[in-house]
Amino acid sequence: MLPEAAHHAHHPSLAHHFDSLGQQKEAATLGMWVFLVTEVLFFGGMFLTYAIYRAWYPEAFAVASHELDVTLGTINTVVLITSSLTMALAVHAAQLGQRKLVLWFLVATMVLGVAFLGIKSVEYYHKFEEHHVPGPGFQFEREYFRHAQLFFSLYFIMTGLHALHMIIGIGIMLVMFRWTWRGIITEDYYSPVEISGLYWHFVDIVWIFLFPLLYLIGRHGP
Amino acid sequence: MTDHILPKRVYYTIFGILMLGTYLTVQIAFFDLGRLNTVVALTIAVIKATLVVLFFMHVKYSTRLTWVVVLGSIFWLGIMFVLTIGDYLTRVWNTYG
Repeated sequence: MLPEAAHHAHHPSLAHHFDSLGQQKEAATLGMWVFLVTEVLFFGGMFLTYAIYRAWYPEAFAVASHELDVTLGTINTVVLITSSLTMALAVHAAQLGQRKLVLWFLVATMVLGVAFLGIKSVEYYHKFEEHHVPGPGFQFEREYFRHAQLFFSLYFIMTGLHALHMIIGIGIMLVMFRWTWRGIITEDYYSPVEISGLYWHFVDIVWIFLFPLLYLIGRHGP
Repeated sequence: MTDHILPKRVYYTIFGILMLGTYLTVQIAFFDLGRLNTVVALTIAVIKATLVVLFFMHVKYSTRLTWVVVLGSIFWLGIMFVLTIGDYLTRVWNTYG
């Protein structure tokens, strides 16, 4: 049993197995990065599949990519990068202990995240209407019929898993909002907000690669 | 805590560069550069991703152990890409048509 005095000397947010808040924060950051490595390889597998099929069927991929809406894709890229800025500013405010600002920037991040998903669902809706969803109802020019389905399969799997990550991210931000609201997050203990930010920025990076590879490869075609 | 707290303008500057990168990617995509289109698009994407990692994700100011983990992810990704693509490109891939 620890003597009462020593116990009270601890910061309320410091777990027993760490020497200091600094060490605890380093461990949290490192742990999050190790998780992100697994995420890099998870999405990496899909990018690799994309690379191989695109190398095999470049024309079909270019023609199919032309069917995506560049305007909505570009707007979504801007929305997502802006959400990364508000996330970074939320962490910055947390570092300075500006509780109200943290709450506002977390709300801004969530609103932008929801806007991204809204635009994404409009795009999905168009694809269903145009019969560009792979499966029995798929319709496309005869020449590229089979291989365009590969492109659209990859499109739905990659953007779908990206969107799932966004939904989880918004859930994490809700928890961060609650913790900040209740005063758990302070300038001494803001690593939960910081590592949630790492996750959010990672999801942004995935989109930074998805956008040109899915939306922009057929723009200058014949 | 002895954390490195970045001034806000760093975030705004990086945000500006990311926006510029997005604009350039979209504009360049409408010009036919042949195979270079993909190279340019990926180069801009890598620059954007690097800026996000270094500044938004604070890796530039993180411990060496974090650097090792971050570079490790790129290293393992490289192994996966190089070995797999090396295999596929040395096959007679017309048979898969």
